[in-house]
Amino acid sequence: MNEIMDRMQRPLWTDCKVLSIVPRHIVSVGLGADKCQRDGELMSETTHPSGAGASGDTAREEASRRDFLYIATAAVGAAGAASVAWPFIHSMNPAADTLALASIEVDLSPITVGQSITVTWRGKPVFIRRRTAEEIAQAQKVDVSSLRDPQADATRAPKPEWLIMVGICTHLGCVPLGQNPADVKGDYNGWFCPCHGSTYDTSGRIRKGPAPKNLEVPKYAFLSDTKVKIG
Amino acid sequence: MLHTSKFKNPVVKWIDSRLPIVTLMHHEYVEYPVPKNVNYLWAFGAIAMIMLITMILTGILLAMQYVPNTQLAFDSVERIMRDVNYGWLLRYMHANGASFFFIAVYIHFFRGLYYGSYKYPREIVWLLGIFIILAMMATAFMGYVLPWGQMSLWGATVITNLFSAFPIVGDPIVTWLWGGFSVDNPTLNRFFALHYLLPFVLFGLVLLHTAAFHVVGSNNPLGIEVKGPQDSVPFHPYATVKDLFAVTVFLAIYATFVFFDPNYLGHPDNYIPANPMVTPPHIVPEWYFLPLYAILRAIPDKLGGVCAMFGAVVVLLFLPWIDTSKVRSAVFRPIYRQFFWILVADVILLVFCGANLPDGSWVILGQIGTAYYFFHFLILLPLLGKIEPVPTLPNSISEAVLSKKNKKGSNHAGAAA
Repeated sequence: MNEIMDRMQRPLWTDCKVLSIVPRHIVSVGLGADKCQRDGELMSETTHPSGAGASGDTAREEASRRDFLYIATAAVGAAGAASVAWPFIHSMNPAADTLALASIEVDLSPITVGQSITVTWRGKPVFIRRRTAEEIAQAQKVDVSSLRDPQADATRAPKPEWLIMVGICTHLGCVPLGQNPADVKGDYNGWFCPCHGSTYDTSGRIRKGPAPKNLEVPKYAFLSDTKVKIG
Repeated sequence: MLHTSKFKNPVVKWIDSRLPIVTLMHHEYVEYPVPKNVNYLWAFGAIAMIMLITMILTGILLAMQYVPNTQLAFDSVERIMRDVNYGWLLRYMHANGASFFFIAVYIHFFRGLYYGSYKYPREIVWLLGIFIILAMMATAFMGYVLPWGQMSLWGATVITNLFSAFPIVGDPIVTWLWGGFSVDNPTLNRFFALHYLLPFVLFGLVLLHTAAFHVVGSNNPLGIEVKGPQDSVPFHPYATVKDLFAVTVFLAIYATFVFFDPNYLGHPDNYIPANPMVTPPHIVPEWYFLPLYAILRAIPDKLGGVCAMFGAVVVLLFLPWIDTSKVRSAVFRPIYRQFFWILVADVILLVFCGANLPDGSWVILGQIGTAYYFFHFLILLPLLGKIEPVPTLPNSISEAVLSKKNKKGSNHAGAAA
């Protein structure tokens, strides 16, 4: 910083070198430039001896108030551009009306044991399954540490009978099969994604295929025994 | 001060002396010296340009009828097909035009690969070309979403989900791209806006691409520089007439598809309205994305697959520096020439891998194809330049062309005798 201040205190016409690359008719516009042109001849004789080794160092030394102004202008410009860019970018994020549809309430009373329903939440299918005792037992006896995305069944379904999860394959977003009784459920009796063969178990955990994660469990809360709020 | 215009017509002269655009066009498209030995493969640049113009014109007219809203999009496309005057023609021209634009550009691309058109001093021409292909891919992808059929929706879902592979930033990026929590109305709406915008960006890139090779000159089948006026002919009428003939033949094939089998290159599932609750059993992209789709699926890891797919295109940007051979044309590179055709076969193999369900032998074939693709660019090309014998190149285009002609002449003479 000291260096810059030091340079700022020098007279403007020490900038001659910078200006001398500009065509002469442009240089002659303005006061500082005029001065520069007049003193230029003198300067070039005294402080710019022609010859090897002279140019590199002197060019750096002549960084001056003008350079400071250039940098300051560019910095303010960049900050301004960035602050305008954010509203533009953010306008593409979910709008208020889209966010307003962020939660739904589902009545669970018509679902019998062993039945699944699919509801729409945030434009995505959500699988709600009332699991059979067999399925629950199957999901609970798995050794958690052997899983690709280790998660205990109890954390995925705090009420073991109700499994609620987003019905979107964590690979590339297809909807896995397994909601209809006639569907292919895969080797683990849960869900099977037809796109690239990801196989999920009765807790919706990834067991086979390319998907990296278990089927996502959305945030939900039971408002009563038969009513759940998703989102 | 007025520009000294050489044109006689007073109106042209008046304009040209103030804005020398006629001089510029005359210089670039009439006088421009074309190597006299270029073959028909050199017409594909002009063909691609014609296709771009076709796409922009039909696209603007379609945009006057189309409605970018999930409730209305599918029906508005059906309305174009049934009720709008010549709507069917506009849509079929546009849908098949995309395919034929890619055909032209891919042939143009492989021509550059064969004759070493990416090498010094045409590196910038090449880079701009790859940017053009990238812009085309983005445009084509978003255009395919607009009819809002099942393939539109699920293709968009799969492709936008690719970005979720990146750790931490992945999910926010996907939500931002969608403008929601799934591919929905905000997504369709913005894809329409961008699909309308990008072709003009593409047009700008094409102008730069053209400007860049008009500085360094066109490459030619021999891959040697034009050394003097005897090596080249003026663009007009020589190249213009030749290009026009090639364009006519190409458009005839294109028209055959448009009029006789307009849905051959499409997918029937896209005539089912989009349904976010049901995934079609087999999601396939359009044919021009199949090699990349095969590479994506060849890697068993999600992030790895995405990186390999983007890498397959990015590696092309580095081609001018990867290829260490100073010889441009494959005509004088006996080893490279063979590997070039193996690469072509490899890409065709990847097309089939991308089109088929990824099970059984298709997985293995896809992996072999992917491995070979990267082997070709990352290992073979740097190595070949070092080990391939250095040929004696012809002294000039003119000399090579004339000696070929003389040889033919003497053969005829021999046969006659």
